[in-house]
Amino acid sequence: MARFFTEEHEWIDVEGDTATVGITDYAQEQLGDIVFVEVPDSGSMLEKGGEAAVVESVKAASDVYAPVSGEVIEGNGALEDEPALVNTSAEEEGWFFRLTMSDTEELEGLMDAKEYKAFVDSL
Amino acid sequence: MVDFAGYQMPIQYEGIMAEHLWTRQSAGLFDVSHMGQIQLIGEGAAEALEAIVPGDISALKPGRMRYTLLLAPDGGILDDLMVTNAGEQLYLVVNGATKHDDIAYLRENLPDSVTINHLEGEGLLALQGPKAADALARLDISGIEEGWPGPGDLYFMQSAPCRWGDVPLGVSRSGYTGEDGFEISVPAAHVEAFAEALAALDEVKSVGLGARDSLRLEAGLPLYGHDLTPETLPVEAGLTFALSKKRRGSADFAGAERILAQYPDKADRLRAGLVIEGRQPVREGAIVVDDNGAEIGQVTSGGFSPTLAQPIAMAYVPAALAAPGTKITIEQRGKPFTGIVTPMPFVPQNYHRPPKSTAKA
Repeated sequence: MARFFTEEHEWIDVEGDTATVGITDYAQEQLGDIVFVEVPDSGSMLEKGGEAAVVESVKAASDVYAPVSGEVIEGNGALEDEPALVNTSAEEEGWFFRLTMSDTEELEGLMDAKEYKAFVDSL
Repeated sequence: MVDFAGYQMPIQYEGIMAEHLWTRQSAGLFDVSHMGQIQLIGEGAAEALEAIVPGDISALKPGRMRYTLLLAPDGGILDDLMVTNAGEQLYLVVNGATKHDDIAYLRENLPDSVTINHLEGEGLLALQGPKAADALARLDISGIEEGWPGPGDLYFMQSAPCRWGDVPLGVSRSGYTGEDGFEISVPAAHVEAFAEALAALDEVKSVGLGARDSLRLEAGLPLYGHDLTPETLPVEAGLTFALSKKRRGSADFAGAERILAQYPDKADRLRAGLVIEGRQPVREGAIVVDDNGAEIGQVTSGGFSPTLAQPIAMAYVPAALAAPGTKITIEQRGKPFTGIVTPMPFVPQNYHRPPKSTAKA
């Protein structure tokens, strides 16, 4: 399994053509206390760069964009009852959705962990 | 840190939720030095100010303060402010984002015999919460002279000059969180040391702009520039209490005719409190819609209430829909939400009011 990162502070775990997507620990820290998450329904089609989920903190609302295109297998239902999971476990239990990628070549150009860390340090 | 009214201010220290809940259960320290502190000095200052505010300022006794509104000639609200009778002068606290316009408007409207003194050399701290008085009592603060009241002797909306060692303080028992608490004016040279002395107390934590906003929203208190604007009139804003009886009778303040035409219940629209169903907040800018989806009102403040653990909002709605319990439809980014009109404050106020027997004093 490989983990990639985007400049929009999402992480993507890839196994075959299945991708699990969430937001990074850095992102949850910037957002602050998360009070609501809306994840996509299974079966919905996502376009790379299109709106995929909504996350609301006490402060503000933010969109989460699809880092790759594909069909949603499932959204993380646990976030509905416990949105704060994104604060406590952003890069594990606080995942947002899984999808079947329609074009694995879209992964090219995404960052690995080391590159993402350098990117965050540069902000 | 964000730029706010030209000041660098923190949105949060350890987190909005934690700071908010701490203020409700203990005491939060807010640096509100961006707010404008203004003295009006000179004979007849109170009467002159009454031309542009609807409150009974000339009846204020020394050491008493009042919430009032700065009114445009057409009655629109230019700012909301606190006015204190500080004995020798009136002391005003106005919003940071509007203070320069306010001062220009005061200059235009007050006679030359009234001196307007912008206290730019004073910081302002707010200490808010049920343990604010206990915390403040642990610093060595006394009345300005022997026999004068100290901070703990004040009731809600009372004010007194005090001192912390040699440092003069202007202390009032007031604030904008719905809690008991104090606003304290401190000379800029000493404000950092005073803030550090407060922050070092076990009861006290520093609180940023984020929780200041969520606290005042729960308390049902409008925020200028959001819930109040030059297009807002006092009655529709739910601020009829700011129209003093005597001033309604004399009707001699800016925009009185237009304002009093709405008094007491003839406004077409009203600022209403809403509890939002579900967990997703609606924010400022969301619209209130009718059954056909047409815009009939606006959300002017909205967020997640840490105390109630659910989203709340303030919106201007048609007067016919402003009764508690009414269901309102709100649209945000194409998605419908249901809001239930709820009396404000959303969270009970916890002011340190005088005992009933002396309430009229």
